[in-house]
Amino acid sequence: MRDTGTTHDLRAAAIARWLAAAEADADARGLPELKPLLQGLAASTAALRAADWNDDADGFPTPASREADRS
Amino acid sequence: MNDWQGETIAELATALARRETTSVALTEWCLERIATLNPRLNAFIAVTADRALTAAHAADRARAAGADTPALHGIPVSLKDLIDEAGVVTTAGSRVRHDAVAAGDATVTRRLREAGAVLVGKTNLHEFAFGTTNEDSGFGAARNPVDDTRVTGGSSGGSASAVATGMSIASIGSDTGGSIRIPAAACGVVGLKPTWGEIPADGAVPLSRQLDHLGPIARTVTDAWLVHETLAGRAPRPDARLAARPLAGTRIGLLRGYFAERLDTEVEAVFDAAVETLRREGAIVEPVEIPHARDIGPVYLHLVLSDAAAYHADTLERRPGDYTPNVRIRLEMGRYVLAEDYVRALRGRAVIAREIDRALAGRDVLLCPTMPVPAPPLGATMVDVGHGQTEPVRNAMLRLTQPFNIGRQPALTIPSGRTRTSGLPVGLQLAAASGHTSGLLEVGLSVERALARR
Repeated sequence: MRDTGTTHDLRAAAIARWLAAAEADADARGLPELKPLLQGLAASTAALRAADWNDDADGFPTPASREADRS
Repeated sequence: MNDWQGETIAELATALARRETTSVALTEWCLERIATLNPRLNAFIAVTADRALTAAHAADRARAAGADTPALHGIPVSLKDLIDEAGVVTTAGSRVRHDAVAAGDATVTRRLREAGAVLVGKTNLHEFAFGTTNEDSGFGAARNPVDDTRVTGGSSGGSASAVATGMSIASIGSDTGGSIRIPAAACGVVGLKPTWGEIPADGAVPLSRQLDHLGPIARTVTDAWLVHETLAGRAPRPDARLAARPLAGTRIGLLRGYFAERLDTEVEAVFDAAVETLRREGAIVEPVEIPHARDIGPVYLHLVLSDAAAYHADTLERRPGDYTPNVRIRLEMGRYVLAEDYVRALRGRAVIAREIDRALAGRDVLLCPTMPVPAPPLGATMVDVGHGQTEPVRNAMLRLTQPFNIGRQPALTIPSGRTRTSGLPVGLQLAAASGHTSGLLEVGLSVERALARR
């Protein structure tokens, strides 16, 4: 995966949108105590998405991506 | 009444064969231990005394009739209360299942029963196996038998406590991220997570079917082997013996990086002393790293949250108040994981599994501490992980065991000493290539003996 600054920014924005929606849903369901956990999950998701086995539809597979494909 | 505390299954099987005791006497001894200790330790959710004594009488009659009996024949064993035993409630540590009477035996239960084991009760666990401390149980927290102000570890905390105290001679636990090895290490006993799929998991309430394993908690490596063989459907004879693999020339990969950082300083000291002992015994100890080790936590979290949420979604809607608050809210978190991230985690699991396999190539075992910390105090949310750093309890307790659930390799914890200031047990973890559980136990037996000789 090409981890350019733009990619990083777009990825962070996508996670921020997901987190805002998830927190709003937690509030709507009467589960505000879920919000700190969702923030922790967002950090974990950011790390997962930054891993080098992920690849882009407009690029070429990384060595780690090819490794994942072998399973 | 004899005191059988500290006796191994092999020793008890010999005593039974020589008519030095009976299964009824052993079972009564365990039941007495439960009556004395369980009010303080809360290791058992249900004690099936009448059924156990009936089974013990049957075992004694079979032996008296000259039956050729397996090693576990007449030996009191407990089951983590997420494993089905026909006619007994399987609570999974939750009020959600307070009336869920099992219609049949799990395969592991049936194999134990066919081997003549005496099932004495169902042990406490972190609710639905979804936690590392055994504090969040619908039936109250289990307490560590070494220091009852501390957690047993989890999720199979009642099983480890039962074995450590002689309330049962062995126990069957489950392990999704470390739930056999963590409490075994915290309570000072042996715990084995076999290769994934080696022991049938049907009849066990799942947490994440792709990560769940069933396996033994026992006092010694040989006992763990005897129980494991029984669970695998190969019930060994009482005179069967596990062959120790000589440590001289054994190639051990000492896991570094992720596995060696953020260790409690006393745990680190106990572990380093154990490694030095293995070196002195002639083991070839070489450092090794897992390149994607830092991704293990995110991969594990997305897999287990999603799988658990899928299993619990309907029940969370119908009866949210029947869960313990902490487990309920963690299960709810899983309902927000996106499918795209679950796919990323699946791909990451494949990468990490292959890297662990590669680290094992040309080596007999990998080695690291079982937990970075000793058993934390009840109620703690953060733990000291050395050098002025702290970490959430759950993350710290899972950090070194979950790699081998992701990779599915067999892994074993062996007691390796006690912390200097508080006398708490410290576990040493060995892992071997998938399909090599017996080889892992052979090395484990030699390690256990080498550590005992110090």
